[in-house]
Order: sequence, then structure tokens, then C-alpha cells
Amino acid sequence: MTSQNPTFYPAEDRVKMAASLRCFLRSGKNAVSALRRQAFHGSAPAAVQVTVRDALNQAMDEELERDERVFLLGEEVAQYDGAYKVSRGLWKKYGDKRIIDTPISEMGFAGIAVGSAMAGLRPICEFMTFNFSMQAIDQVINSAAKTYYMSAGLQAVPIVFRGPNGSSAGVAAQHSQCFAAWYSHCPGLKVVSPWNSEDAKGLLKAAIRDDNPVVFLENELMYGVAFEMSEETQSKDFTIPIGKAKIERQGNHVTLVSHSRYVGHCLDAAAVLAKEGIECEVINMRTIRPMDVETIETSVMKTNHLVTVEGGWPQFGVGAEICARIMEGPAFNYLDSPVTRVTGVDIPMPYAKILEDHSVPQIKDIIFSVKKTLNV
Amino acid sequence: MTSVWRFVSNALCRITGRKVAAPTVSELLVDLSEFIRLTSPAVPDPAETWLQSHKQPPPSSTPPSLAPPVCTDEASAGLVSSMTESQLENPGSTVVVSNSLNEFTTRASFDIKKCDLHGLEAGPPLKTELSRDEGLRFYRTMQVMRRMELKADQLYKQKIIRGFCHLYDGQEACAAGVEAAIDPSDHLITAYRAHGYTYTRGVSVREILAELTGRRGGVAKGKGGSMHMYAPNFYGGNGIVGAQVPLGAGIALACKYQGNNQICVTLYGDGAANQGQIFEAFNMAALWKLPCLFICENNKYGMGTSVERASASTDYYKRGHFMPGIRVDGMDVLCVREATKFAADHCRTGKGPIIMELQTYRYHGHSMSDPGVSYRTREEIQEVRSKNDPISLLKERMLSSNMASVEEFKEIDIEIRKEVEDATQFATSDSEPPLEELCNHIFSNNPPLQVRGTHPWAKLKSSS
Repeated sequence: MTSQNPTFYPAEDRVKMAASLRCFLRSGKNAVSALRRQAFHGSAPAAVQVTVRDALNQAMDEELERDERVFLLGEEVAQYDGAYKVSRGLWKKYGDKRIIDTPISEMGFAGIAVGSAMAGLRPICEFMTFNFSMQAIDQVINSAAKTYYMSAGLQAVPIVFRGPNGSSAGVAAQHSQCFAAWYSHCPGLKVVSPWNSEDAKGLLKAAIRDDNPVVFLENELMYGVAFEMSEETQSKDFTIPIGKAKIERQGNHVTLVSHSRYVGHCLDAAAVLAKEGIECEVINMRTIRPMDVETIETSVMKTNHLVTVEGGWPQFGVGAEICARIMEGPAFNYLDSPVTRVTGVDIPMPYAKILEDHSVPQIKDIIFSVKKTLNV
Repeated sequence: MTSVWRFVSNALCRITGRKVAAPTVSELLVDLSEFIRLTSPAVPDPAETWLQSHKQPPPSSTPPSLAPPVCTDEASAGLVSSMTESQLENPGSTVVVSNSLNEFTTRASFDIKKCDLHGLEAGPPLKTELSRDEGLRFYRTMQVMRRMELKADQLYKQKIIRGFCHLYDGQEACAAGVEAAIDPSDHLITAYRAHGYTYTRGVSVREILAELTGRRGGVAKGKGGSMHMYAPNFYGGNGIVGAQVPLGAGIALACKYQGNNQICVTLYGDGAANQGQIFEAFNMAALWKLPCLFICENNKYGMGTSVERASASTDYYKRGHFMPGIRVDGMDVLCVREATKFAADHCRTGKGPIIMELQTYRYHGHSMSDPGVSYRTREEIQEVRSKNDPISLLKERMLSSNMASVEEFKEIDIEIRKEVEDATQFATSDSEPPLEELCNHIFSNNPPLQVRGTHPWAKLKSSS
């Protein structure tokens, strides 16, 4: 829970500002869709700037509206509007039955959520951060992930576990861990890690509609970042298929594979490298499990070089899995140099700013690694 | 009252040490006669007789005057006023010791609120004694905590402190009272609202603020931050809600195992009270009779959720079920001290664990990202500040028992302000930890090892 507002207006003013901003965005959207209806003559569709937070909010709002069985539970999700304001306005709109504030009892309410999914509901279980999901991880793995298999298909668990994952800013060791590798280790779970607003909205909607347990890893530092969302992505039926990566940038010299916030870092590094004539192909994984290895392999077979980028620790991490898969598949023979992993430093996250900055991949680390991999 | 009367009465206030002018004629005459007496030379200790006729016999005897009372206004006035004050305005306090040589009452007895009991026949006493020195020490400790937290608020708003910052102002009586009732060799563990306990457990304001600003001079060298400060027999500072409770029971296990007659004070909040792991800890602590003093600091809100919305039962002192419990007024430092003494004694005498619920209040929001007014009213916060502030409560008690003067408190405030300013100066000017520190302290007592940096060519070093 880092400070989200640069200046400290009184609380009521901030609530009012948030409300009016929300109205503005909503009315902006309505105005845009009104314009769209009138724009028959082939003019460019109106895109809108939407923050990742609002994209997630819209996804939940639309799915709550679409399906009565969907409900949200977690700490501070209702009356507080969400610890990070992701569920802002939902309690006001849907009430106590659909948006439930829980006590600080992760193991308990995660279990309750799984149980409700077994009996026909479609819960969205929010962990205030995934660090706290460790309290409840038994319910996620043993009660949710494995049940469909153990019951030989009799008992499905259509549940979404969502919340911020990975490092934030200055929140120190117990609040900065990335759980992508931990959850992706387990069969029976789908693990999704969106980067931008389009990812956030499309993947969350897909996750809620999926009949399987989905771990949805958000990123606190991305909540306030706005991205352009095309007309198509603003539709209430827009979903992104789980298990499919996206090529964010085409290139010929090296493949950069990443997920969540570091996709942005890769694109920034690619822009810098482009000036030196190195064209990077940037792949946004979007889903960690099931991993879209084919997209990565196809790219590597074109570029012959691979650099993986993630915020989590190196040992047994997402990059390590990608390396193993590449070695086991056809792309291995196309590699001109070993795969390079860019990861978080193998230490608990320190608090002091200078140490924290040096504990996570920086754009210069990606640039350095690309050049080393290309031997330039 | 006529204006002449008021004028005379007010003038006498200075001499007699009253806070308000004498309200009745008879009292005014009493004050006048005292004034005359005081300003007359060589009075053969009449104050003693006045004392005897106006108060209950003290439990400890008044030390005999070694010399005829010095007839300065303040000296004897202080003696006299303590009587009038305590009898007329503070029926709950009694002067125990007044040394006619000193300005102030050196010892007074105060009534304290009765504690609600669960599973106990008897509870902490209803009266407690406070010496002037103890009182001033309490005041100092609480005021340091208050000013330190307000400084942290300021630094956070200037973005010099980042990340999480959970402030303790309003709850000072809990930390000060608990510490006064245990020994430095006892153990203490708490959750993330830890700056107060970090101070009472012996870390200087300098080291706390420097840790918050992430500098090398911080108590954890800048690597821990707000929620991860440690000291001998102080186990932090814990970020995961409720996780510190089984840890505390474990520390108590170690105490019992080692037979050192120490106890572990294990603190948690009203929000954490709903964590399953604390009930697991309760069960084992009771089963194995661990010397663990569980304390629930109930400040009425778990982040943005009031206790009524989070707990099926808000009687947190009863939640230990088979474990005895007491509910204590956490805004009264004397109440907290007495209750902690009682509870610590319970643990130390092998009776097993016990729960204390301290009813307290936090002025700030849950953390610096929470304005703290979306789930409670400003009026509520103001009301607690004006009627129930722990520092004011102590100060008023001491003033009305004439244990200290307004000026004295002001001086202490000035000293504390300087201490906090100096600490701030250090915390904002000290350098950040060196990069060589990045990988240290992964393992204890281990040969140096190589640590992978952000890419395979970054080979960093860890030397324990």
C-alpha cells in the first residue's frame, strides 16, 4: 500500500475527485461510443486511455453484471473500495451479497471461496497482495488446483484468485515476493500475468469465465499506468485467450520474453537498442501456465537469440522453465548462444531505495544482457 | 463572583497553586489565611497538622522535616495546594508522600479503572502508586513516541520515507505501560505498528528514523524499513498479520525450555485476532503452559474495517476461551502497567499464558496511504484526542496532584523536540547503505558465497 497520490488532499476531496474522475471516464466512454455509432464513414475508431486499475474494475463490473453467480470477496474490497481501489464502486453498485468484506483470515476465506465454487458459484477471491496468499496456499493448491483431477472430472472449481504480485516500491522483504514460479509449478492451476490495460481486462474476463482455478497475478506499480484501449477491447465481450502469448514488437536479432511489468522494460530497452541497429522481438507471455512455448520457439527460430526477463528470483523461476523448454524442443538447434535470464537479484528485497533499485532488473541490465548474448 | 473577589482569588492562585480561583468565600478565606501564614516568618510546621486533618492516613509515613519549613511561597504553597487540589478536584488520587522540603508531591496514589475478567477470580488492583520520577519518565517516553511518529508523518509526506508506514500515535500508553511492567530481559514481539515498541525496547529515535529513511545508520542498516526493526529481546516488527503470534509462543517456549524465568509479550491487533494461527498458538501455549503474555491492542479498526464488521465476538479478552483474560483501559498508562504486572506475574509463576486486551485508539489512518476518515468520523477522532489522550491524561493527573509543574512539562517538551529534530537531521543526512551490503546477511555464520545478480554476468558477493 504505497502512497498513490502525490499530494495529500483531504480525504473527502480525494474521494470526490476519484468519483468525478470515474464519472468523467465513464461519460468519456459513453461519449466515445456515441460518437462511434455516428461515425459510419470509415474514420479511425475512438481509442481511450484507460489505467490498468480501471481496466480490472471494468472487467469485474462487466462479469458481475453478466453472471449472477460471480461474486468478489477479500479484505477491504467492499466499503473501502479496495486496498488499491481496484474494486472501487462495485459494492455501491452490487451490494453486500456480491461484494464481501472479509476479516483478516486468508486461509479461512480462501477455503470458503473454494467451497462456494464447488457448490456452483464463481468467486473472485482477492488477496491484498500475493504475499498473503502464502497463508492460504494449501487451499489454492490442494483444494482448488487438484480437485478436478482427484474427482476424475466430477468436481470443477471455477475460481479466480487475484491480487498484486511481485515487488512494489519500498515495501521490503515480506511484501515484495513474486509468486509466478510457485503457482506455475502446479498442474491444475492456470496462471495469468497481464501487463497492460488490454491484457488486464481481457485476461480477467477470460479467467472469470474459465471453469478452472486461475491465479491472476497483477502488479501494484502498473495499476496507475494508462494505456490506449482500442474500440474492440472496450466491448463487453472482449476476452483474451488464456495460454496465448502476444508479440508486442517485431524484430529479427533477438527475442525478449517477459511477463507483467517487465514487458514495458523490454520495450524500453528495445527502443534504445533499435538506435544501435539491434531489433528486438518482444514477447508478452500473458499466461505463465499453460505456457505458450510455440510462440517463443517460432521467434527463437527466427532470431537465434533469447533473453528472458522477469522480476522474480532466478532459481526455479519462469526464465529457468523457458530455458528448459527451449532445450527440449526444436528451437534449441537454432540458438547461436545460450539463453540469458534477466531476473531479480537472489536476495530478500531490501528496503533502502538504492538497494531496492539494484535488486530488480533495470532497463540497462536488459540492454547489457542483449549485447552480451549477441556478443556485441 | 465579583470582579474584586476574582482578582484576589486569581492572585492567590499563583501562591496556592490552584488551577482555578477559589469558588466559594470560605475557600477564599482559607487561601487568604494560608497566604498570611506562608508569608509570616518561623512557622512551626503547621502544614503537617493541616495535612493530618485533611486527608486519609498515608500508607507510608511522611518523612519528618529536618528543618523548619523554608518560607518561600512556592515551597510551602506546593505542599498546601496538593491537599486542596487532591481533595477537591481529584477525589481519585491521594497524596502519599509530601516532603515539605520539596516543591512537589513525590508520590501519589491513583484509582484506576477496574479490568473486566475472564476465567479469573481476581484481577489487577484498583489503585496504583506513582512516583514523581516514574510519572515524568512515563511522560517523557510517551511524548517521545508521539513526536517521533508525527515526525515520521512529516517525512513520509515529503517522500523521504517510502513504502509502508504505520503510525502509533494515540497508543503510546500501551507501549510505555507494558515496558514499565516487564524487565529488559523479558522478550517482546509485535506486528507492523512497531515504532513505539522499538523505542521502548531500547532503540534510539535516531536509529528508528534513520531506518525509516533507509540509511546506513538505521537499526537494520536500512535493509528492513518500518516493519522490520529489531533489538535484543525485541523480535520486530512483523509484516504478515498474525504471524508474530506463533512466533511469540515459540519465544515463550524457549524461555520455559531454558528455565530463565523470562516471559514473552506477544502483541497483535483486533484485525489479527481473526487469524487462525493465533488460535493454534493459544492452544499450544495453554497446553504446554508457556510463559506467554498475549496482548491484543484493540484500536477498533483493522485497516478500514471496524471490529463489529470483522469479528463475531469483539470481546477479544475472551477469545482465548480456555485461557484467562483481562480487558484493560489502554489509554491509561497506569492501568496498563498494573495489568501487565498482574499478567506477567501470572505467566512467571507457571500458571501458563494469559490474554490482555488493551482498549486503545490510533489517531492516524491504518498507514500513511490511508487518510483514516472514510470508515470513521473526524468527530470520533477529535473526541478521543480531547477526552482520552494518554499523554494528557497522565499530565493532568500529575498536575492536579502537584507532582510537576506546567513549566516542567514544557521544558521536557522542548528537550524532546530537540532530540527528535537532531534525530531527523541525522536520518535525512546520513548516507544510504553501500551497494556492498546488498547481498550480505542471507545466511548466518556461513562462508562467503556468490550471489546471482540481475543477469549471469553479475556475480555478487555475500559475506555474512
